[in-house]
Amino acid sequence: MPTVAPIDLDDHCLAAAFLEDVPVFALASGQVVRLDHGTHRHELHDGLLATAITWDGKSLISGGEDGKVMRLDADGTETTLRPSGRKWMGAVATGPQGAVAFAEGRTATVLLADGTERTFEEARTIEGLAFAPKGLRLAMTRYNGVSLVFVHGSAPAIDFEWKGAHNQVMFSPDGRFLVTAMQENALHGWKLDGKPGGEQRHMRMTGYPAKVKSLSWSNKGKWLASSGAPSAIVWPFSGKDGPMGKGPLELGQRADTMVTCVACHPLEDLVAIGFGDGMVLAVRFADSKEALLRRPGKGPVTALAWNRSGRLLAFGSQAGDCGVVDIAG
Amino acid sequence: MSEAPSPTPVAQIPVTVLTGYLGAGKTTLLNRILSEPHGKRYAVIVNEFGEIGIDNDLIVESDEEIYEMNNGCVCCTVRGDLIRVVEGLMRRPGRFDAIIVETTGLADPVPVAQTFFMDEDVRAKTRLDAVVALVDALHLPARLKDSREAEDQIAFADVVILNKTDLVTPEQLEAIERTVRAINPSARIHRTERAAIPLDAVLDRGAFDLSRALDNDPHFLDHDHPDHVCTPDCDHDHHHHHHHGHDHGHDHHGHSHHDHAAPAAIHDSTIESISLRGGPLNPKRFFPWIEKITQLDGPNILRLKGIIAFEGDADRYIIQGIHMIVEGDHQRAWKDDEKRESRIVFIGRDLDREKLERTFLACQA
Repeated sequence: MPTVAPIDLDDHCLAAAFLEDVPVFALASGQVVRLDHGTHRHELHDGLLATAITWDGKSLISGGEDGKVMRLDADGTETTLRPSGRKWMGAVATGPQGAVAFAEGRTATVLLADGTERTFEEARTIEGLAFAPKGLRLAMTRYNGVSLVFVHGSAPAIDFEWKGAHNQVMFSPDGRFLVTAMQENALHGWKLDGKPGGEQRHMRMTGYPAKVKSLSWSNKGKWLASSGAPSAIVWPFSGKDGPMGKGPLELGQRADTMVTCVACHPLEDLVAIGFGDGMVLAVRFADSKEALLRRPGKGPVTALAWNRSGRLLAFGSQAGDCGVVDIAG
Repeated sequence: MSEAPSPTPVAQIPVTVLTGYLGAGKTTLLNRILSEPHGKRYAVIVNEFGEIGIDNDLIVESDEEIYEMNNGCVCCTVRGDLIRVVEGLMRRPGRFDAIIVETTGLADPVPVAQTFFMDEDVRAKTRLDAVVALVDALHLPARLKDSREAEDQIAFADVVILNKTDLVTPEQLEAIERTVRAINPSARIHRTERAAIPLDAVLDRGAFDLSRALDNDPHFLDHDHPDHVCTPDCDHDHHHHHHHGHDHGHDHHGHSHHDHAAPAAIHDSTIESISLRGGPLNPKRFFPWIEKITQLDGPNILRLKGIIAFEGDADRYIIQGIHMIVEGDHQRAWKDDEKRESRIVFIGRDLDREKLERTFLACQA
């Protein structure tokens, strides 16, 4: 039976993560709480807006209302990557070889491990950032699409156009697909393995009753789970055309609340689903079998994160009732 | 997938939108709002930090980003930056009691207002309190000649502050107020110097909440009507300190009633307002009608507001809209001494008065 170790942080939890095996909870106030033989509180920002975990799993990168970009390491070391500024630092991303990207307004900055920096300007506000899994390429969402830029060299940006406002962006783990969550209740995807110069291959994933705020790729990228409906909507990406012509799985359906957060297990084909009432379920893709991980709490689940072995699940809520579930008990 | 269950109701933060041409006095008003001891804390969303800045308040700079919604409707625009900033602000409630959005001089107020209706998250957490337009009395005639935005801002406002009245003659002021009234017959108009206005006339008005606007002013939508006689509960500005009287079209001051729908002399407006009246309506005709009108003519309709009497319905029905967005609800029971009639005002461009009137009257029971 799963056991839950709760911790009440009394603040909107924006993100949960494991740094190595240390659970951390990033709160809207700007505080990051680290559970490492006791509760350690790090005042990183005046108002936290965005977080990302470095690819080595050792650090949390955060951007805030104060314009700062910070790095918090598993051992509690705090590093300022960008001092405070006037504008909100609304998007951060991490990439290969220790690369970090952050965006304020219409400017994105890439900071490499050796300290070199490169900035990219867009005509419209950059809403989301993601590094491609291979090669140093950065996707930036903006109004009417995504710009894909090469961090090194002078190759021109590749524009992926689709009318509307795009927020979050993600590459599939194998790099074959690019997916955005839109301002409207939809996801949009592009197939990336087409011929250079060929026609762009679009994937429209619609039918959500609410805006999609949480996306998670399954182990090896065979599935993409999403929030925004009374069940977790899980699109199949194993075929060469992604989910086109196929319906999604609808897992963990509830009658009276919505899925607000999803996190796929790092090894197994199952997804942790957080709901508007604070409940957390684990549901297997193969047979839709459900296991209750956490009973309803004080507020909607806003953060879910597995540790690398997939035994521990950290969760956070809008009301601040957070915790760690040990699925093996 | 099934429909979304309705979200649990939460206390909504009021939002005041401040529009006005460059130099109309927005910054002066904003600084007054932020510095006066009213006991309220404001989060202010501005395009540029300029001269505003009170340490205790929360000022957020954001780049104006107008997004068309991907639903094929060109007038369904929202301010993407506001969605992001409001979402961020609302994650840390308790820091402020209300939000003020200051727009740039040239800003179109429509996407700002529509953001508070079209984005589900913003809508769940905030409510649009009022759109306040500051107007520079001296420069308005010139502004109306050279800019569509100045006109849109007046047309769209719930409250119009005619500022810098000390720079014009009483006669000019009368003419300017008539112009404003011709563009927007349903707005409250206040006359000020140096934006000196009691803040409760601007903030926490509930003007976008039509039911509350009606409670504050039972003769709302009546101001252009010769039958309207002001009473003490009539909450519009009477300017009694101005000895030249006021020009709301009220008969009780003895000056003749004039037709507000007719443009005033200095009014180069392309905006017109159409006020319609009829008897009790048949809801089975009215709802398809309003839906069709707003679908077809939505791009030309800036605002619509109405009080509707339905046949056999003891309650007043109130309706309002922005372009293609229409909202309506029952307000309260008709009083015994109230005439059960239906009134609706359209403010917009290129409206077909004859068609609107004919089709509206055809909805009568």
